[in-house]
Amino acid sequence: MSIMLIFLTAIAAVIVWWLAQQRLASKPWLEVGHARDHRRAAPLPAAKVGLGVFLAVVGSLFALSFSAYFMRMASSDWGTLPLPGFLWINTAILALASAALYWTKLNAERQHGEAARTGLLVALAAGLAFLVGQLFAWRALANAGYLLAGNPANSFFYMLTGLHGLHILGGLAALGRVTVHASDAGFDRRTRLSVELCAIYWHFMLAVWLVLFALLSGWATEVVVFCRQLLT
Amino acid sequence: MVDVRSGLGEALPPPEVEDVELYHPHSWWTRYVFSQDAKIIAIQYATTAIAIGMVALVLSWLMRLQLGFPDTFQLVDAEAYYQFITMHGMIMVIYLLTALFLGGFGNYLIPLMVGARDMVFPYANMLSYWIYLLAVLVLVASFFAPGGPTGAGWTLYPPQALLSGTPGGKDWGIILMLSSLIIFIIGFTMGGLNYVVTVLQGRARGMTLMRMPLTVWGIFTATVMALLAFPALFVACVMMLFDRLLGTSFFMPAIVEMGEQLPYGGGSPILFQHLFWFFGHPEVYIVALPAFGIVSDLISTHARKNIFGYRMMVWAIVIIGGLSFVVWAHHMYVSGMNPYFGFFFATTTLIIAVPTAIKVYNWVLTLWRGNIHLTLPMLFALAFIVTFVNGGLTGLFLGNVVVDVPLSDTMFVVAHFHMVMGVAPILVIFGAIYHWYPKITGRMLDETLGQIHFWITFIGAYGIFFPMHYLGLIGVPRRYYELGETAFVPDSVHTLNAFISIMALIVGAAQIVLLFNLVWSLRHGREAGGNPWRATTLEWQTPETPPPHGNWGKELPVVYRWAYDYSVPGAPEDFIPQNQPAPSRVSHEAAS
Ligand code: HEM
Ligand SMILES: [Cu+2]
Repeated sequence: MSIMLIFLTAIAAVIVWWLAQQRLASKPWLEVGHARDHRRAAPLPAAKVGLGVFLAVVGSLFALSFSAYFMRMASSDWGTLPLPGFLWINTAILALASAALYWTKLNAERQHGEAARTGLLVALAAGLAFLVGQLFAWRALANAGYLLAGNPANSFFYMLTGLHGLHILGGLAALGRVTVHASDAGFDRRTRLSVELCAIYWHFMLAVWLVLFALLSGWATEVVVFCRQLLT
Repeated sequence: MVDVRSGLGEALPPPEVEDVELYHPHSWWTRYVFSQDAKIIAIQYATTAIAIGMVALVLSWLMRLQLGFPDTFQLVDAEAYYQFITMHGMIMVIYLLTALFLGGFGNYLIPLMVGARDMVFPYANMLSYWIYLLAVLVLVASFFAPGGPTGAGWTLYPPQALLSGTPGGKDWGIILMLSSLIIFIIGFTMGGLNYVVTVLQGRARGMTLMRMPLTVWGIFTATVMALLAFPALFVACVMMLFDRLLGTSFFMPAIVEMGEQLPYGGGSPILFQHLFWFFGHPEVYIVALPAFGIVSDLISTHARKNIFGYRMMVWAIVIIGGLSFVVWAHHMYVSGMNPYFGFFFATTTLIIAVPTAIKVYNWVLTLWRGNIHLTLPMLFALAFIVTFVNGGLTGLFLGNVVVDVPLSDTMFVVAHFHMVMGVAPILVIFGAIYHWYPKITGRMLDETLGQIHFWITFIGAYGIFFPMHYLGLIGVPRRYYELGETAFVPDSVHTLNAFISIMALIVGAAQIVLLFNLVWSLRHGREAGGNPWRATTLEWQTPETPPPHGNWGKELPVVYRWAYDYSVPGAPEDFIPQNQPAPSRVSHEAAS
């Protein structure tokens, strides 16, 4: 559970940082009248805060499954799983989607509608391509005889990539909606916000994928072993 | 007392909360069924939770009949007893308490208490309820599935949960249970985002965090915890479903069952326990914190006194929330772990007792020399404090590794967690219902029926669970459907068991009084008016009662003071609503 504890520490740091600005030491019973409200003059949009909280939940989900991965790895029946090489290509494609969204966001802010729409379409295509690529990876592994129930390493591979894929699928649905909106209404304030939120979500899912990839290919383990050695 | 900065003459600060676009229902369906109004969603959540809770209550009756009169009734065999225990426990903890506190009270009270028109994401909020309903239906379906519901115990420990020796293990029972939990968590997350972000972003002008009523603090913190803890249960359920359906071995070790080697191997049941209790311990506080918050407000209002140590109460809530994430393994003393870890977890467990004790002191000090009105909400609040202290003391025993090992898996444990986790929060729920029903419906609940309900429930609950401590000390084990002829069990145990069962029947029946009261008062209750308890918090200041769609009419309220201005010296009345401006300096000086 050490990974989960590290993740929780990060969350706790954010919470403490936020609480520290809320004047928790004030004496509300003495302060009648207009409180100096310590929220910003231009508050963050609720949707953005909502996304932040949601990502904390998703992060907790993945941190927990990574913890489970490490704990299960300790038993003797753990085998290895040769990752298909084109997972590298998939990684690149997912990074492309993320980059495209970043580009879209910049262009949407400058009201370059045409460019922004192209960016959205590229991101959509890349997201789809990533999912198809993942399915290919599954098939390649299955054909090579690495079946789901064969070994716990295989089971985790399929489960974790599946879980991640489902989140990408959700991201695609949101992205699709934004694209439709953008072609109907152009990049008004609301669409710009949606684009920004999509971009954040995709960057986050890219980060999760990178960690996951490192985990599955065994480097994460090496890092962990190295850290342990440092500590002892 | 009067702040220099304040005064009516001053211009209002710039609006920090944008007025949201409200969604407008167009038909009966979107108004009352697929409604996006948090108040309707709250009522839907509450009704569903209470309905499924009645199922759990009936299950406990059946179990008690079996335990009390093993020879008279042949209703329940060993298999059915396990199934009933499991369903009873799971329903009570998750589908009743969690859903009712967060989905029910959270939805109704958060927007009203912080002065918002609605939750920030009404559509997701609506989905949250319907997904919860689906989860409940899937759960209920397992009663009708071949093989019946699962009998794995509410902790669902593998490997037994997936073996044929456990009811539902090789049938549909466990599959439906795991699926239902997964669905529940998805639905809860949608609602939970709403509760958190509404508190963060939707507060009315002037409503600083330190002016929020403790109810909102409790529900808010509990929701944050639930959002972080439920993923652990989610992962555990998904992995177990894989084990059951797809033949993986996440949790399943190599097992020979009836001479046959099962296709599992190497899995780690301990891994499941870690995941489960990573969720399971915070869950206790997910239920407790809203109860703490609500009780603080009930006590303050009905004792006409400001809550003692408001700041400490807030800090205690936050600290309990944080600490409860690092104590999960105290549920695993008997599973064989490194004794140093055992020591660490025992220590953190004992530390949690400190902020909890502070809360209890503060409640008592609030009552001290208060102008205590023995209204129904107050009675329930008092009953809660007594019960909670009681359960907390036995908890200190169980928090000790040395003491826990012999008492683990006896009726002592059953008595302990029913006191803290069952009876105590339920008492708060009752108190809260009597307190807020007038706001929700515009009418008071009937007082006499309420008194009957209170006294039977309170005394009866003690009749049920007090003797159980004694049974546990003798060594009567939990999760046994009958005791048979055992040498260490004296005859008195059987008499006591019969007594407990009769008490359980009476207490259960007393709940019908409440249900009747709820329905009857809808039409025949005394008109309540807008603020029958003369309370300060915003929900009592709505222009109309029950509050209409959008809550506040044309203008959002502005908050000028904290939530506990009761019996302020020199004030014309013994309470000052949160949205009442301070008297301007001039008129104040003229008055004094
Ligand atoms: C009239 C009220 C209630 C009665 C008579 C009752 C009775 C029982 C009985 C007889 C058992 C089985 C004990 C055993 O043999 O191990 C049990 C278990 C349990 N009850 Fe209750 N109960 C009541 C209310 C509640 C409430 C409100 C909760 C909410 C937290 C709750 C949570 C549980 C849990 C978690 C278990 C353990 C299930 C397991 O061992 O898997 N009960 N209850
Ligand atoms: Cu615990």
